[in-house]
This record gives sequence, C-alpha cells and structure tokens, in this order.
Amino acid sequence: MTALARTASGMPAITYNFAYLDEQTKRMIRRAILKAIAIPGYQVPFASREMPMPYGWGTGGVQVTAAILGANDVLKVIDQGSDDTTNAVAIRSFFETTAGVATTTRTRDATIIQTRHRIPEAPLRAGQVIVYQVPIPEPLRFLEPRETETRRLHALSDYGLMQVKLYEDIARHGHIATTYAYPVKVAGRYVMDPSPIPKFDNPKMDDSPALQLFGAGREKRIYAIPPYTRVVSLDFEDHPFAVQAFAEPCALCGAKGVYLDEVILDDKGGRMFVCSDTDHCATRQAEGHTGSMSAPYGEGQP
Amino acid sequence: MMTDPNPEAKLSGDAPAPSLPSPASGRGFRPRSSPVMHAPDAQSGLTSNAAAATRTDAPPLPLAGEGWGGGTPASSQGTPLLLVDNLGKSFTLHLQGGLSLPVVAAVSFAVHAGECVALGGPSGAGKSSILKMVYGNYRVDQGSVQVADAGALVEVAGADPRLMLRLRRARIGYVSQFLRVIPRVSALDVVAAPLRAEGVDAETAKARAGAGLARLNLPERLWGLPPATFSGGEQQRVNVARGFIGSQPLLLLDEPTASLDAANRAVVIDLIHEKKAQGCGLLGIFHDAETRDAVADRVVDVTRFSA
Amino acid sequence: MSQEMTSLPDAPLLVAEGLAKYYGSRLGCRDVDLTLHAGEVLAIVGESGSGKSTLLSLLSTELAPSAGHVSYRMRDGEMRDLAALSEAERRLLLRTDWGFVRQHAEQGLRMAVSAGGNVGERLMAVGWRHYGNIRQEAADWLVRVEIATERMDDDPRTFSGGMRQRLQIARNLVTRPRLVFMDEPTSGLDVSVQARLLDLIRQLVEEFGLAVVIVTHDLAVARLLSHRIMVMKSGRVIEQGLTDQVLDDPREPYTQLLVSSVLAA
Repeated sequence: MTALARTASGMPAITYNFAYLDEQTKRMIRRAILKAIAIPGYQVPFASREMPMPYGWGTGGVQVTAAILGANDVLKVIDQGSDDTTNAVAIRSFFETTAGVATTTRTRDATIIQTRHRIPEAPLRAGQVIVYQVPIPEPLRFLEPRETETRRLHALSDYGLMQVKLYEDIARHGHIATTYAYPVKVAGRYVMDPSPIPKFDNPKMDDSPALQLFGAGREKRIYAIPPYTRVVSLDFEDHPFAVQAFAEPCALCGAKGVYLDEVILDDKGGRMFVCSDTDHCATRQAEGHTGSMSAPYGEGQP
Repeated sequence: MMTDPNPEAKLSGDAPAPSLPSPASGRGFRPRSSPVMHAPDAQSGLTSNAAAATRTDAPPLPLAGEGWGGGTPASSQGTPLLLVDNLGKSFTLHLQGGLSLPVVAAVSFAVHAGECVALGGPSGAGKSSILKMVYGNYRVDQGSVQVADAGALVEVAGADPRLMLRLRRARIGYVSQFLRVIPRVSALDVVAAPLRAEGVDAETAKARAGAGLARLNLPERLWGLPPATFSGGEQQRVNVARGFIGSQPLLLLDEPTASLDAANRAVVIDLIHEKKAQGCGLLGIFHDAETRDAVADRVVDVTRFSA
Repeated sequence: MSQEMTSLPDAPLLVAEGLAKYYGSRLGCRDVDLTLHAGEVLAIVGESGSGKSTLLSLLSTELAPSAGHVSYRMRDGEMRDLAALSEAERRLLLRTDWGFVRQHAEQGLRMAVSAGGNVGERLMAVGWRHYGNIRQEAADWLVRVEIATERMDDDPRTFSGGMRQRLQIARNLVTRPRLVFMDEPTSGLDVSVQARLLDLIRQLVEEFGLAVVIVTHDLAVARLLSHRIMVMKSGRVIEQGLTDQVLDDPREPYTQLLVSSVLAA
C-alpha cells in the first residue's frame, strides 16, 4: 500500500503511506465514519490530524477521503462546482501523488467525490461517496456559543433555537435569507449543517442513493447521511423552504434548473450566468447544447 | 350576608373548640365561666345615652352592665362574627437591647352580626394593635382571635398565611388609617380590587367602585388617577370606599373618618349603618366622639386590658 | 399519590423538604422547607450571602441540592420529584410551565436576537411552526408588557434596562407558565422604572394567577408583590409568614434590623 516515488536522480524520495495518513489513523477515522453512518446527522468527534495544508483548505474532507480511498477508486474533486480551481486541483494532485489513484472530472465516472460548497448537478448513484469539506459543523453555533449547551440541545432534540434563526431571517428580510449552509433535519432526528452548499443543493441530499460524508478538520467532527435517508430543510408552514430560481438558463449550455454562477465580463455591467458545475456544463456542451453566449462553432471548448 | 339559622346545632356539630359556647347555655354565646364582653366600668364615659337619645336612626347603646347578652337581638344571638379571648401582645425590641413593650393583655370581647363595637381608650392603649391582630397583621402572643367562617369559628392566631388571606378576602374587611398607595393603580381600581378578589367581573366591580367614590364625593376626574398625589382627605375617601365595597361580614375600622369633612363623615356613618343593617359586624376605633356615638352599639374600653 | 389527592385545588404546586446546599464546606443554605400553592407569591428576602439565591437555584433545579427534595405538581396533576425528572422533562418544564426572570437581562435574553424572536423562542421550542402565528403571539405579548410593536424587530441591546426586564417577562410568560422564579428583577433600575415594572408584574401575577418565588433584598418589592415572605440569614430561614405580618410585626432581631433599615417599606 505504499506509493513510491523516485526523484530524477533515481534516489528514493520521501515515502508516504498510501493516501498520506498512516493506517492506524485511517482506522480511527473509519470508526468515526461508521459511527456517523449509524447515527445520521450526529457529529462524531475524531482525532483530526495535522495535514500538509492549512485549515480551511479542506483538511477534514481530505482526511475522510484518505480513510476511505482504495487503490481502485476514481476520485473527483470540486470546489464551488469547479474541477479546475486551485483547491480542487491541489487536493486532486495530493491524492494522485500520495495514493496514485485515478482521478476524473466526470461525476458519473467517479467513485468518490470530494467537494467544497456544491453537490454536482448530475444525480449521484448508488455506490458513490460524496465527501463534503466542512468549516463549522455546528448548526447552532452562531446562536449558542457554548459547546456543552449545543451538545445538550442536540441530545434533547431541542431545536427551537434553530427555528429562531429562521424567524430572525424572515423578521429582518421578509423571507428566509439563509441561502447556503441551510440547516436540515436528518432522518427526523438531528439538525445538521450541510456545509456551505447553496440551499439549491439541499433537495439533492434527500433520499440520495450515494453515501454522504462530512469532515471538519479544524473542528474535529465527522458526520454522515447514509444512502436513502430523509433530509428535510427546516422552514415555517407559511414560509416553506424554496430553492433559488434563476431567470435565465446557463449562457454556455442552456441548462435550466441548475445552479448558476454570475460572471462579470467587463466594468460596464456586462455579465453572464453560467453553470457552477463545470463538468455538467462541459458535458452538455459536448452533447451539443448551446446557450446564448456559446462560441458559434464549438471552438475553444475542450 | 350569612345569617345562620341554627347556629347552636352547627356549633356543637362542627366546631368543638374549647372556647365555644356550650349548647346547653341556651344563649348564643358564653365563653368560659364569666362573660367577658360587657364593659361594667360605668366610668368609661364611652357609652353615651345622651348621644343615643338624640339619634333616631340607630338603636340605643346598651347600658353599661347590660352586656351583650341582654343587647339587641342581632347582637345576642348566634355565633359571634368575632370572638377575642384573653388576647395578649407585647413587642420585643431587639434593637433596643431586647426591651419588651407590653401592648395589651387579657383582651376578651365578641362582635356579633349587626352590631358595631367601638374600641375605646386613649392613644397608645393598644386599640389599633387589637384591630391588627384580628386582621392578622400583628401576631398574637397569647390568647385567641376567632372569626366566623362557614358556620364555625376559625383561629386567626398563628393562622397559616393562606388561611389568613382567605379570611381577609371573604370574612374580614379592614379600613386602615391611611391608604397604602400602589404606584400606577388608579383610584377606581384600588377601590374595585376587593370585589375583583371576590371574583366579581371587572365591569361590575368598576361600576360599584365608581358608585362608592361618587357617594364619598370624590370628583370623577380623579377616579382614573393613582391616589399617590391626592390630598389626605381624598386618599382617605378612596380608602373608605375600598374598605366598604367588599362583602366581608366582619369589618374593622381604624379611624375611618379621620381627615374627612363633616359631609363625608356623615356618608361614612351611613355606610356603617348600612353594613349593620346587612348583618355585618363592625369593630372600630373612632376618635371622633360624634361619629362613635352615631354608630357604636357598645364600647369596649381597652384600658382595662392594657398590659 | 392518587389522582384524587393531587387534583384538589388545594394541592400545593411546589414543595421543598429539608433543602440544603453546601459548596464544599461552605454553607449555601440548609433546613429549608416550603410549600407554594398556585397563585401564591413568595418573597425570599435577606442580604447578600444569606443563601436566598442559592435557594432559588435549588428550587428551579439549576443547582442540585446536597440534601432534601423539591417536588412539583406537573400539568397532569402528578407530583414529581424534580431530581427524578429526565433532562428532557426538566427542560420542557423550564420552558413551558416555569419561567425565570433574571436580575441581569443579558442572562435571561438572547441579546443578538430580536425582541420578537426572544418572545417567540419558547413557542418554537414547543413546536410552533407558523411564522405568522408566532409573530402575532409575540406582538401581543410585547403590547402586554408595554413594548411598542415597532420595536419588535430590534434586538434588546438597543433597549433600556426597564424594557429589557419587561421583555424577559414576555419571553417567560408566552407559554403561560404556572410558576415563575424571579431573581432581583427590579434591582439596578431607576425608581420610576422599578415602579412601572413592579406594577406590571403585579398585574400579570393577578391576571394569570401565577405562583411566584421572588428573591429580593428590597422589602418594598416584597411588600408590594408577595403574599408570604421568608427571611433568610446565614443560609437559614429565620422567620416567615404573611408578608405584612412579618414586615409590620417582625419578631427576630435580624428581621427587625432589616425592617428598621429601610424607609417606609
């Protein structure tokens, strides 16, 4: 299980264990993951390790991925839906280097998808695992700073406070203004922070065939949603949960009903809306879909 | 108003307290061996036949020695509304080196339905203290204070606070010397409060409170204001209206006419007569001799009991 | 206890027996027995360190007693030993049938949450999920405690001391509790603000038939609000009874000292 790399001079380079973490650490993390799967939505503490990247760069997700990664896995890493941003590229190459696993940008080809802030547009399938990078796992944190108290609130299913946050949103903004990290209740029991994904993605978590794992490195917590689990976004009867709607389709692939990023084109107010999920957009374009600002002859597209 | 049709049966059946009258006595009430109520001291000067003679609207005061046993029918029959027996009180002033200040000793008397009993004696004789003990405001050191309640006599001395509060709500009214003002509560609400406590609805209670204040000539523009800023006389009229509005059968009056003008004094005298006519028993302190003579059926001279 | 026994109107709401609390070897309070009935207001008075706040914490289950028991008649009429309640039951009790008004509003309010949210929290905690209804109920309570509804979406950091205390009261009473604990609710307020607050408390106590245990060092507050009074000194109850009786005819040297130390309580 050791990935060996050699320098140009043929000297043995520094040798890392497969997927960087030592086997004992991986076992520890796997135990935490198993517990998390057994108690959907419950935050399991784990002995988070120092990783060769700063906190905030996905150390929680990387440790979870490292613990579940096998030699035959195909890894996809996205950051805000994109496969080619710095964070995604860095983590992908980290695992290419330390585990030598195959990587992909194709959602459907991946067995493990590590993500920061998005769920891919293409529906996940059974057997896939999606690993979320989580900055702050505690959904009650901004309302109740004491960890002892938040734990007790979870233990007692005492979630009035969470509702207070949504109340405050409506009182101040006229609607529930929380648009990302929108709290959900998992399997009718634990209220969970879904990581800073847009609330647009919340419905994708519900009854998903894929296993969903959440890792918070700095906060040392792992939690999970097993496949086919009920995930409900909190709301009020008279202010029901609703996802964002976009007025126009993707300017490049014409996709509707997907999450779009706004791209500023110039300093005169010019802008376009394109798929946040780059793989989805590229796949559609390859299939011949076009949007209002597509290149006329398919030039310049991969 | 509670008039007990068969008091002796009730007494013998329900309240075998030691100081209760024996049913065999044939008289409504005779505590212990010696009658304690009458004031045989003819020199007390507190019973005024002259005053009684000039009145046409009140029964004559019983003569000294007549005692309650030979008084008016209303005061001689049935369970007394109040029975004070061998009551004693002293204050121990711990801040003055434990100085003991005797107030009264061996006070015994009774108040029956339909009569007004005046406590007589100079200032400092302990008249107010007796009223306060009856009302549970002062503790009883010795003896007993019993108040008619549901056909029986209940002990006020050492009563549980809840019992005392219930007795105040239902059995014992009290017109104090001064109105204790509560911030922000209007005169009308101050007066209506005892009725509200009895369970009378707010509207009726306010209407009756208004009638009471009107009768005591308190200008209507003041009704909605808290009495804190009222003059002494105005406050006392609020106090009197409040004291007389309830339906408690026993009413304690501590100088109800102090700081009232003649017209309002007359109203208070009428109110007392009305209470008597309704069968209430009243126990009062009246420094104003004219008022006392106009309302009191008997006078109990407190100096006899001074400790 | 049988249903018949406990459902009597005369059955007590709260009963404490032999309560004691030691902080290590230091005495908090000891030998406290008390019985509180529905609608009864009990004042606990004494100076700092007399054990009155400890007693309040014991009664309200914030502290576990070193000895003794506290039991409470639940809404179903059953008398329960509070130490035997599960944490979930205890919390439900605290946020539905009980209230706690604290001296320092920031301990009793969520200072970063709007006034409406502060009042609505208990409703949401017991399952209210209709924003419009929650808001309406919160608005009604703000009016009751004399806070203008325009201030509903402001957070209590922008409120005066008196308003904060009134907000605490609304927040506590919104679930119609039967028992409210109050810890020096008026101290630190200006006299006129105090008077307004006391009057409000008095009205609400009357209107809702609340039972109240109020800790105060201010005898005038005890006089105005309470039916009964307990005087504490050095961790023990030294005198108790009808409020006006204890204040007008104090028997214990310490009570006489307390009464003589204030102006016209």
